[in-house]
Amino acid sequence: MSRKSEVFVVGGGPAGLSAAIVAAKLGARVLLVDDNPMLGGQLVKQTHRFFGSSARDAGIRGISIAEKLRMEAQAIKKNLVVQLNTSAVGFYGEGEAGILTPERYEKVTYERVIVGTGAVENSLNFENNDLPGIYGAGAVQTLMNVHGIRPGKRILMVGSGNIGLIVSYQLLQAGVEVVGVVEAMPTIGGYLVHASKIRRLGIPIMTGHTIVSANGDLGVTGATLCQLDEKYQRVPNTEFEIICDCICLAVGLSPLIELFQQASCKMVFVPELGGLVPLQDGNMRTSNPRVYVAGDASGIEEATTAILGGRIAGARAFESLHGPSSDAQKIVDDAAGELKSLRSGSTGNRIRWGRERVTQEIASC
Amino acid sequence: MLNKDGIISLAELAPLIPSESRLKKGPVAMAECIQDIPCDPCVLACPRHAITMKAGITDQPHLDQAVCNGCTLCVASCPGLAIFVVNMAHAPRSATVTLPYEMLPVPKEGEVVAALDRSGKTVCEAKVLKVMKSKVYDRTLTITIEIPKDLAMSVRAIRAGVKVGRK
Ligand SMILES: Cc1cc2nc3c(=O)[nH]c(=O)nc-3n(C[C@H](O)[C@H](O)[C@H](O)COP(=O)(O)OP(=O)(O)OC[C@H]3O[C@@H](n4cnc5c(N)ncnc54)[C@H](O)[C@@H]3O)c2cc1C
Ligand code: SF4
Ligand code: SF4
Repeated sequence: MSRKSEVFVVGGGPAGLSAAIVAAKLGARVLLVDDNPMLGGQLVKQTHRFFGSSARDAGIRGISIAEKLRMEAQAIKKNLVVQLNTSAVGFYGEGEAGILTPERYEKVTYERVIVGTGAVENSLNFENNDLPGIYGAGAVQTLMNVHGIRPGKRILMVGSGNIGLIVSYQLLQAGVEVVGVVEAMPTIGGYLVHASKIRRLGIPIMTGHTIVSANGDLGVTGATLCQLDEKYQRVPNTEFEIICDCICLAVGLSPLIELFQQASCKMVFVPELGGLVPLQDGNMRTSNPRVYVAGDASGIEEATTAILGGRIAGARAFESLHGPSSDAQKIVDDAAGELKSLRSGSTGNRIRWGRERVTQEIASC
Repeated sequence: MLNKDGIISLAELAPLIPSESRLKKGPVAMAECIQDIPCDPCVLACPRHAITMKAGITDQPHLDQAVCNGCTLCVASCPGLAIFVVNMAHAPRSATVTLPYEMLPVPKEGEVVAALDRSGKTVCEAKVLKVMKSKVYDRTLTITIEIPKDLAMSVRAIRAGVKVGRK
């Protein structure tokens, strides 16, 4: 069986969903696939209020943003086909992809594809890191916020980026004791308001520390921590054990990029954006002119920027097929303006540097 | 130091504390948000436009104490849970603090709960005066507690449903 689409969108997170909505509303025939049973990507487990600009969803909970996007997609009667529980498993030749639905393997042909596959969680090397009771932050959130299951009773959080801080807060809300947040860097990685939020509820944040080992035979019974010096070397004789039955790793995300590699997109390694990402121009087009990118797959950032990048990709993909459109141009101009202000300021420095490196006019390559 | 342990230091806090004369007049908000993060719901939440950002969305909030009347509307709007309203003029020996609350159990008005400082230490007991729920607050409650006056600049959280040891 084969399906035809003008714009094929992989991933139903805020990026892919926004891209699909924009492209379909402008008039392109869109097929959207997501491997989850529900649209929304990461947002379906974000029960906290979001940052970002009030003009676009700040102060609203992630779950509500997902709901809003789902409603917007549902309201589109023409042009948009959504296929859930379906993975895009490979890109072949020119404009061909394979998808795996719950029933069968199918071929998809497309003129343009927008890849919004999001990210995968990083792991960390330490002794016994395969003991039962050690989770990634995404798994903890899915258990807790999607299925209503507590991962443990006493948990140690590794990583003080926004994800580590926010998931710690959500664990407290679920009635789990958080014994501490460990951070190798000398200062807290995430926003300080998120740090203060859990600190004032009694969670110690241990900067300049790392986890040496997970302890226990059949499952986690504790963790050994130690201090780090400014060169990230362990300081001898500073080890101590902390009792816990669960360890949660929140040590960063890497863009999910296999599909770009299959489509022969040129890739660049940009640490500020989480690792290997496809080279992209200001219109989210990669070096393969059929392939667009949006969201965390284009560099780890945030939901608001994922939505905006998705809107740009959707509008430009439409124009590349149907010619210039003033409606599409307006969507792009508005989104580009919002992105600029969101990435201003010192907390946006790293992202800005990363974006500058990855955003190239790639007509030449 | 805030960026080391999540606790705002006295030096970092000093510029945020309203003047003695303003505190005498009644409730006033404090936005304990001193990093230039991309966030601005507090600006829109204030009906009096007491909170502004000069350099765009990543600027820190600037709170004009003369314009703020302590209405507490901004408290639940802040995703950082960083805004508190302090009323030093509440009573001769006690003050009130209004803070955001997203935990269980939800205390009842009149209940005595543990009052925690910025490090999470229980520093006194607090009487819950008011529990505000509102649809616009989207499941964040704002709770007003009464505490000894000298702790009004220290208490920033509560723990409900626990036995409070008397100090
Ligand atoms: C704990 C936490 C807190 C956060 N807090 C905030 C916040 O306060 N503010 C903010 O703006 N952002 C926040 N974020 C970030 C935000 O959630 C992400 O940046 C955003 O979801 C990225 O959107 P995306 O569409 O690129 O990817 P995702 O949301 O990850 O969506 C990608 C989707 O694609 C699917 N997929 C992947 N590969 C395939 C394939 N081959 N075939 C089919 N489907 C596929 C995935 O299953 C997923 O559903 C937070 C993230 C976390 C984890
Ligand atoms: S307390 Fe009321 S007046 Fe004061 S800043 Fe907040 S919303 Fe504005
Ligand atoms: S809403 Fe809260 S976290 Fe956001 S800028 Fe205002 S005070 Fe800071």
